[in-house]
Amino acid sequence: MSSTTWNPFSPLIKSRSHDLTGTGLKALSATAAFLIVAMVAVIMGNIAWFGARTLSWEFLTTAPRQGMTAGGIFPAIFGTLALVVMMIVALVPFGVGAAVYLAEYARPDAWFTRIIRFSINNLAGVPSIVFGLFGLGFFVHFIGRSIDRGLGLDVTWGQPALIWAALTLALLNLPVVIVTTEEALRAVPNDMREASMALGATRWQTVWSVLLPQAAPGILTGAILSISRGAGEVAPIMFTGAAYFLPYLPTSPTDQFMELGYHVFVLATQSPDVDATRPLLYGTVLVLLLLTFALNLVAILLRARLRAQLSGRS
Amino acid sequence: MVSSPRSSGPVPRAAESPPLETQPNESGGGPGELRSGGDAPRPTVPDRAREALPAPATKRPEDGESRGSARREAEVAISTREYRLFYGHLLALKGIDIDIPGHSVTAIIGPSGCGKSTLLRSFNRMNDLIAGVRTEGTIRVGSIDVFDSSTDVVELRRRVGMVFQRPNPFPKSIFENVVFGLRALGLKDRGDLEARAEASLRRAALWDEVKDRLRRSALQLSGGQQQRLCIARCLAVEPEVILMDEPASALDPTATAKIEELILHLKSRYTIVVVTHNMQQAARVSDRTAFMLAGELIEYDRTKQLFTRPSQKLTEDYITGRFG
Repeated sequence: MSSTTWNPFSPLIKSRSHDLTGTGLKALSATAAFLIVAMVAVIMGNIAWFGARTLSWEFLTTAPRQGMTAGGIFPAIFGTLALVVMMIVALVPFGVGAAVYLAEYARPDAWFTRIIRFSINNLAGVPSIVFGLFGLGFFVHFIGRSIDRGLGLDVTWGQPALIWAALTLALLNLPVVIVTTEEALRAVPNDMREASMALGATRWQTVWSVLLPQAAPGILTGAILSISRGAGEVAPIMFTGAAYFLPYLPTSPTDQFMELGYHVFVLATQSPDVDATRPLLYGTVLVLLLLTFALNLVAILLRARLRAQLSGRS
Repeated sequence: MVSSPRSSGPVPRAAESPPLETQPNESGGGPGELRSGGDAPRPTVPDRAREALPAPATKRPEDGESRGSARREAEVAISTREYRLFYGHLLALKGIDIDIPGHSVTAIIGPSGCGKSTLLRSFNRMNDLIAGVRTEGTIRVGSIDVFDSSTDVVELRRRVGMVFQRPNPFPKSIFENVVFGLRALGLKDRGDLEARAEASLRRAALWDEVKDRLRRSALQLSGGQQQRLCIARCLAVEPEVILMDEPASALDPTATAKIEELILHLKSRYTIVVVTHNMQQAARVSDRTAFMLAGELIEYDRTKQLFTRPSQKLTEDYITGRFG
């Protein structure tokens, strides 16, 4: 490559074209990189190819029929959207709040700050099935039943429900939002803090009207990552609210719901007729992917717009 | 002894004070605008002086006092006594005693790292934002004991504005930049905000350049315009003192000249302290100059005196370029 450039040390170095170790390692790393592309292409191609045949207006707008060997997946699409929206609503304020504390208020070396960071790191390492069990124990049994008892209701809140599944997922994604938001806040130049405080703004006013608007693209990045993960996770919701089959759509946060990821699991493992279910399975997976892409796309476009605004281009 | 700045509250005060810029001679715009403010006695000055200088922040002192306070322009606006500042264990300011008169321009010069910016940032307690900073001694700005535990630092910073070395407008519209401090004070009335924004932009000699694009992003302005926007933003909250930390060092000569002109224009209303690397600039704009070296105040005198007949050998060496 650079054999033509003059190199005062060249007599000491073996000619690069004979560097077998280097060539070998380069080939290995290129193969690894290529394999990733190949795997994505195979997965996507396979799903798109077989899934596209199943996709139809009817598939998208009707409920499953005949023991889930026919019909569509509308309740699962609806449930997934409801779940993701509720998750974001619970997740973003909570995560951003924690990130603001860590980035703007906490003393970096205080023991309390260290405990918070330790907790966040550990939260990020907990397997998702454990979150599911935690959600069942904490949200459904403890919080839910306490509400029922307090209000003197029959079992209303104290059962698996949309809200508990959304909260469990929010908890699962909390570290992502905290970390991305905190990084976005730290990336705001200190000039901005000084400018704001020098004008007599309080710390909180500085956070609210200077720092958070400038960190918004970063916060959206966290939201995007959580949407992708939230829409696809099955383990945290199977105990806390997702239903095998429901003949109606959820209308309140205390209803159970069908969800695409869980529906994939059900179709793949619980079907009475594997061959009849297979096209439905492909279709469902494709819809799950498309839905995740679409949600991401919305967030990415929003982020691009925010960035343009912040850089003064609009 | 420290009158509580909260008693009259920033918002009501702003509401009862007369509209900022109603003098007809200011509305003409253009270069004449800059000259007009210099010597004409303004009805607002006694008011401002009363607020700026040691008068308590109570509503209205008796008239006799307000007459006298117009003459306080020459009195001390900022004074420090035995002021020391530590960064961790490092003693960065080694006992500074300085009295800065009101309604004048004071320049602080000295080589890099001599502590001039640190001293400047002490006047509005911007050093609070830096971890590990500890101070001893006192600083008074007008009636405010800066480091007293009862001092409201937010109110202090409103009354002691600051312009930074690098223009640092917020990535918001020009209008939102100017009214930022007013919104922080709780002003919401649209018309009021617009009037104050216009008045501040006029005072900062920027109005004619931006009046047609107030909704555009401030980042579209040139560096010099951004810096004047930062000055306008600072004027909008009606400070009494303006601290400028090398306000022109990031600007080209033309923009620098405009900033200097603006400083001379503003000193009739405000007490201005400028930190600068540029000795010509200090000589051009300031009434008094302080020379600092290694955390100490070496000499402080009228600018003319200091630059022509410095009393200290170190000052002479520095201004003649023997070091620094």
